[in-house]
Amino acid sequence: MSTPQTTVRPSGVAVSRAAVMAVMVLFAAYSVLPVWWLVVTATKNKGYLFTTNGFWFSHFDLWSNIRDVFAMDDGIFARWMLNSVVYSAVGAAISTLVCAAAGFALAKYQFRGREAVFNTVLAAVLVPGALFALPLYLMFSKIHLVNTYWAVLIPSVVSPFGVYLTRVYATASVPDELLEAGRVDGASEARIFFTIVLRMMSPALVTVYLFQFVGIWNNYLLPVLMLADDRLQPVTVGLATWREQFNNGTPYNVTITGAFLSVLPLVVAFLSLQRFWRSGLAAGGLK
Amino acid sequence: MTITTVRSGTVVARGERPAARRRRLSRGRTRSAWLFLAPFWVLFLATFIAPICYAVEQSLFALHRDGLGLTAPTTRFVALDNYVRAVQDSEFLSSLVRVVGLGVVQVPLMLGLSLLLALLLDSASVRWPGVFRTLFFLPYALPGVIAAIMWSYLYQPGISPLAKAAGQLGHDVDFTAPAMTLPDIGNMVTWGWTGYNMLIIFAALKAVPAELFEAAALDGCSGWRIAWHIKIPNVRGALILTTVFSIIGMVQLYAEPDILRGITNTITSDYTPILAAQKASDAGNYQYAAAQSVVLALLTLVLSFTFLKFTQRKGAGE
Repeated sequence: MSTPQTTVRPSGVAVSRAAVMAVMVLFAAYSVLPVWWLVVTATKNKGYLFTTNGFWFSHFDLWSNIRDVFAMDDGIFARWMLNSVVYSAVGAAISTLVCAAAGFALAKYQFRGREAVFNTVLAAVLVPGALFALPLYLMFSKIHLVNTYWAVLIPSVVSPFGVYLTRVYATASVPDELLEAGRVDGASEARIFFTIVLRMMSPALVTVYLFQFVGIWNNYLLPVLMLADDRLQPVTVGLATWREQFNNGTPYNVTITGAFLSVLPLVVAFLSLQRFWRSGLAAGGLK
Repeated sequence: MTITTVRSGTVVARGERPAARRRRLSRGRTRSAWLFLAPFWVLFLATFIAPICYAVEQSLFALHRDGLGLTAPTTRFVALDNYVRAVQDSEFLSSLVRVVGLGVVQVPLMLGLSLLLALLLDSASVRWPGVFRTLFFLPYALPGVIAAIMWSYLYQPGISPLAKAAGQLGHDVDFTAPAMTLPDIGNMVTWGWTGYNMLIIFAALKAVPAELFEAAALDGCSGWRIAWHIKIPNVRGALILTTVFSIIGMVQLYAEPDILRGITNTITSDYTPILAAQKASDAGNYQYAAAQSVVLALLTLVLSFTFLKFTQRKGAGE
């Protein structure tokens, strides 16, 4: 099967191909160069930051920079990374399970209020949580929950988009007959859910987990508001404080190398798990 | 976990009539459904709905100090006073105008670029489409704050390799100049989200049945006419979705200006609506901060729904 474009006038094709490739290369450069600068600059000592070409290496000091990052402020960087991992990994895992159960209930049970619940969840997708992070902070401070791991973990578990995605997936891929067969065999609803349904929904669950993991890792406003103690902060908030403190103590190369180290695991995860991202984005984009 | 105690209602009681059995079954199923729903629903109410209600309630009160300030201030019901104040607060209003204005320019530019890239990737003219797709998506892998920190160095005089390169070409560029602040922020958002939006549009393009293009190509349609008449109308849904999410994202702009404040003094502490609400809260005026949050949420809803209504009407006319 030939693609339609190849059948168009051959003379114009070469020119338009070159133009298309030029656009592609240009935008690829725009996307990649800043990250390339980050990688290159993470290998430079602070003196060379001002005097050398930003887009090329000189005096490879990556290892001493990394030592400086982990030595800064009594080694708090490792703690920040660990906090980020805890918030993201634990938050995303609980979130995925909670969303899966809710999505399954909304897809496979008939009950009064089902549509009302689902419509509320859909509307919530359109209301960004950031808008009410401040009132949430005021509420949490009343019940003395601020400045604890819970203050970030609890709100991170709630994902209206995750419920939407799991509901759509469960409707399409968990057959009613299978549930009925389980019931006839005398399995409880919970057993059916944990042994059969979760397994059948696993592709959607991977997507929800990834989206939640990255969403929590990237969240900035919520931890900024909730956490005053810098030992509880995730790496994003920590690095932002270092960036603000450059006048009184945190050298540039420490912040830049810290930023580089903090995105390394994310970039690897992104590139290696691309197909799950695509399936999730497709599900979000198609109505 | 409480769910494990749920019992299925399939055991048939002897002599029970079918209708009664169905009713009992459906009651049992309803209970199971709510138990599955409960963990999410409880947390959703607590962290999503409750703060909205709390903000609305708080916004109707104000701190009241007696004339001499000798006694502790008390909160007092003031009805809509905070809202009246918010719509007359020139600083807050200019923060709203700022993000909406930035959105009006940046969102169409970004999504136009996303659409163009998606169409080009979908055409047969691109070699190594997988490689380009991955490269375009790379910025999304960086958390917004980290990207903002990175760009803050790329803008900072003395460090900025971009300013250095422009200087070598004979142009003096100062990214920290007042006129550059909004373009700086617009660029950061565009850099972070173009590839992401492109992937959503691209996924929608892939779902358009290939027969549509083939028929058009047989009729002698050029690549661009196919794109305009067939592909773009078919990804309307994805375009509407990305537009609404971009509007929402712009209204809650926070990390980028917050980080840029470190290198330029053109960004005030109430530069965007969320920064403004945070400023009021830091000053101890929680009630006014709550009112600002509510105004901002209403604005988001109005913008999103106006856009959705507008596109629906246009779609119905086709």
